[in-house]
Amino acid sequence: MLAALVIVFREVFEAGLIVGIVMAVTAGVPRRGLWVSGGVVAGVLGACLVAVFTGGLSELIGGAGQEVFNAGILGFAVLMLTWHNVWMSRHGRELVAELRAAGEAVVSGSKSLFALAVVVAIAVLREGSEVVLFLYGVAAAQGGGSWGMVAGGGVGLLLGSSVCLLTYLGLITIPTRYLFSVTSALIALLAAGMAAQAIAFLEQANIVTALDQTVWDTSWLLSDSSFPGRALHTLIGYVDQPTAMQVVVYALTLAVITILMKLFAAPQTQRARAA
Amino acid sequence: MTELCAFHRRQFLAFLLISSTASLVASAGRAEDAVSLSITIADHKFDPAELHAPAGRAIEIHVKNLNPIVSEFESSDLHFEKIIPVGKEGVVYVRPQQPGRYTFFDDFHRETQGALVVP
Repeated sequence: MLAALVIVFREVFEAGLIVGIVMAVTAGVPRRGLWVSGGVVAGVLGACLVAVFTGGLSELIGGAGQEVFNAGILGFAVLMLTWHNVWMSRHGRELVAELRAAGEAVVSGSKSLFALAVVVAIAVLREGSEVVLFLYGVAAAQGGGSWGMVAGGGVGLLLGSSVCLLTYLGLITIPTRYLFSVTSALIALLAAGMAAQAIAFLEQANIVTALDQTVWDTSWLLSDSSFPGRALHTLIGYVDQPTAMQVVVYALTLAVITILMKLFAAPQTQRARAA
Repeated sequence: MTELCAFHRRQFLAFLLISSTASLVASAGRAEDAVSLSITIADHKFDPAELHAPAGRAIEIHVKNLNPIVSEFESSDLHFEKIIPVGKEGVVYVRPQQPGRYTFFDDFHRETQGALVVP
């Protein structure tokens, strides 16, 4: 029961941080709860699918199927997060104006919501597939699910969801005038962390081998497998012993997102800067 | 007309930026000579329970799952996690290590633990 609790809590906790951020970033946009819930449901279904096909997936691409799949969906999440930030830098002010004027940000809101719902689905799928595999494996070994497993998993789910709630509540206390820049920064860091994580998977599969020197070792200070370490890992991509390639990709992702946001910023902003 | 040119210029710049970033990462090449180690998980125990590798050389660990259930071969010290289905074999590549003792485990059955010793 304890094992089920720990594993479910850990995975739900990591996905919960991302869901909490997305909910805070979209506060005020109507029906965003529906979009995010849709993302969660899609993620859960996807997790079950991935769990079912794990055997076949593992054998693809010369045994690197799992890593390539993980790196691929993380990369896709990075693209979605980048798109969200660029879109917001172009349409963010329109959105806020619409919300103030009509209390509704109909079409413009939902475009950005779709990208974030995809990110939620990917996060839930990644963490969820491990949970599904574990629970199914334990149940199979025991000859059926046990109440201990259900109880442990249930408590883990509750605790993990509370992390999501706490993250959300903490973030929405930020005053509105700072909200846009804070959420853009959070999204950018989330994306950079995921990009570096994708690289780590590709290194594990020996597909990325350049720049494999360990740049720093802060495992004595904060191990990235401890709970606070995992939180920091999910939120800003903290790794206690990153390779040079991971650091480069992290920095590049931040740079690319920042440059793209400036390149595509709303015209009024550009004219104001030129003046 | 100038708005259109400005728009296309930005599209082009964005494309250039993204593709050069992608090619930087993609050009990071394949395989180098690594020390190859093998391990099996059976009856929720690693066999051998201790692996040995020289310092400063990349390591590839082949793991075969002979347990009755799926296992997740994981190490926070060595930074890998991989799901190994029942009866299947998986490989993880580990970067060169300094001398020390590094632990790994089956995340789906924490009591199953082993260590990589680098003298």
